[in-house]
Amino acid sequence: MEDALQFFYTYREAIFIIILSIFLGIEVISHVPSVLHTPLMSGANAIHGVVIIGAIIVMGHADNILSMVLGFIAVVLGTLNVVGGFVVTDRMLEMFRKKKTKN
Amino acid sequence: MELFTPQISILEMSYILASVLFVLGLKKLSHPATARSGNLWAAGGMFLAILFTILFHKKEGEHIGNIPWILAALVIGSIAGWMAAKKVKMTAMPQMVSLFNGMGGACAALISMMEFPHIPDALIARHGMMNGETFTILMGMMIGSVSFSGSMIAFGKLDDRIGDIKSRWLRSFNLTFLVLLVALLVFLLFQPERPNIAWIYIFAGLALIYGITFVMPIGGADMPVVISLLNSFTGVAAAFGGFLYNNQAMLTGGILVGSSGTILTILMCKAMNRSLLNVIIGAFGGSKGASAEEGDKTVKEISLSDAAVLLNYSQKVLIVPGYGLAVAQAQHLCHELDSLLTSKGVEVKYGIHPVAGRMPGHMNVLLAEADVPYEKLLEMEDANKEMANTDVVIVVGANDVVNPAAEEDPGSPIYGMPVIKAWEAKNVIVMKRSMAKGYAAIENNLFYHPKNRMLFGDAKTSMQKLIAEVKNL
Repeated sequence: MEDALQFFYTYREAIFIIILSIFLGIEVISHVPSVLHTPLMSGANAIHGVVIIGAIIVMGHADNILSMVLGFIAVVLGTLNVVGGFVVTDRMLEMFRKKKTKN
Repeated sequence: MELFTPQISILEMSYILASVLFVLGLKKLSHPATARSGNLWAAGGMFLAILFTILFHKKEGEHIGNIPWILAALVIGSIAGWMAAKKVKMTAMPQMVSLFNGMGGACAALISMMEFPHIPDALIARHGMMNGETFTILMGMMIGSVSFSGSMIAFGKLDDRIGDIKSRWLRSFNLTFLVLLVALLVFLLFQPERPNIAWIYIFAGLALIYGITFVMPIGGADMPVVISLLNSFTGVAAAFGGFLYNNQAMLTGGILVGSSGTILTILMCKAMNRSLLNVIIGAFGGSKGASAEEGDKTVKEISLSDAAVLLNYSQKVLIVPGYGLAVAQAQHLCHELDSLLTSKGVEVKYGIHPVAGRMPGHMNVLLAEADVPYEKLLEMEDANKEMANTDVVIVVGANDVVNPAAEEDPGSPIYGMPVIKAWEAKNVIVMKRSMAKGYAAIENNLFYHPKNRMLFGDAKTSMQKLIAEVKNL
């Protein structure tokens, strides 16, 4: 029990941020029209590519070949997620703009 | 905690700014007019967070090292990601998103893999493996791995490389497997000392297999929902990484995607009038409609020339496109037929079901690509309102979204799903390759409806022939 309480105390700020962010995430997209479901999913997909920061940190402090190699792969994969995600979303939304200007 | 330095302060500020940009980006992404700039804002936030991490991040007083290698990896990933995203066909967009999602999951899992040996000995000496750091590492590894392998399977299914395996056996196996996975997690947490690294590999391996068996029995039509769900999983995995590094940008970015992704998943399910559980456990396939009376159901065919005449002398035509149109790459031809008829004084509109295509909104993107003007696209409710005045409805490559069973047959698995009521129009032409069932694998009574006539053949070829016929009139 004390372990759990201590865990909470150690991470209280992170837990605070998590809980507020959950509500924020729900609030922010709750009125999205179904037309935008796909681009929104794709955009959100790019945002979770923020995991790349972890990959950069771990590779920045890698001290042996194995973690260098794994870190390198992780950074490449993370970048793929970020760059590919944003570019794909932009391409989808470009279509929407094109038909808007046609009006 | 690192001691105060100006750099640390700037780094933290950049993270706050990045988080704000993520939130505003998501907000703007959910409105059509601002969506594109929203995407750019979020991308700007990401760039900022990455740049300042490389410049200013410190761990135990040490700056980020191996910078040439990091930059090399960033360049390789950027070029590959850029090329893939630019080259992919609009029809293949959903599987691309799935692929990128898998990359993020794999990235999260790899981070956990590398951080596991770095759990401080002092921490283990005090609490055993039951500590926050171990927990976050193992969770990140589990969720990241499931997201990775699951996304790969979803990619394969959407790309038609992998078929569906719909067996009850696999479903009960899945449940057992999940229990096993969680049990192993608990077992590892209760170790008093650092376990052999092999256990971690086994754990990651099991999570990877679970991702495969989790997605395998889910039908191809439900893949968008699965991708959206896995998308939020990856968000949560990223957030566990943020927890581990006490990194606010990762934490907020990950959780935002985790929660908004979950809501989006639920919204998608709602558009199909199903619950998430129903999608995952999969009520579709095999189950028959209660009133599926067999017997004297006849299908009438229509010849190309009859179809052309019918269209030519109509006043209002509604085209209901489905994924079959996208597969046949017939969206441009569809637009050609539309322009041809319009030039002859026929009013042509498109009726778009919210879940037409492989993802909600996918069909709008495809038709926009073919230069179909925005005002011609009617949402389902508007299309249904005008249905009684419509002379001909052409259903191209759609099936379940025009199935009357959704309204008439309480025993049908899609009962209650909002559909486009094609049968209320004066005439219906269904363009279809064969009498095969749709993704929901259920009989469509529209085909046997007295108003309906079938035009069999590949959507693209039929469309070409139809255009030629109309031109000849």
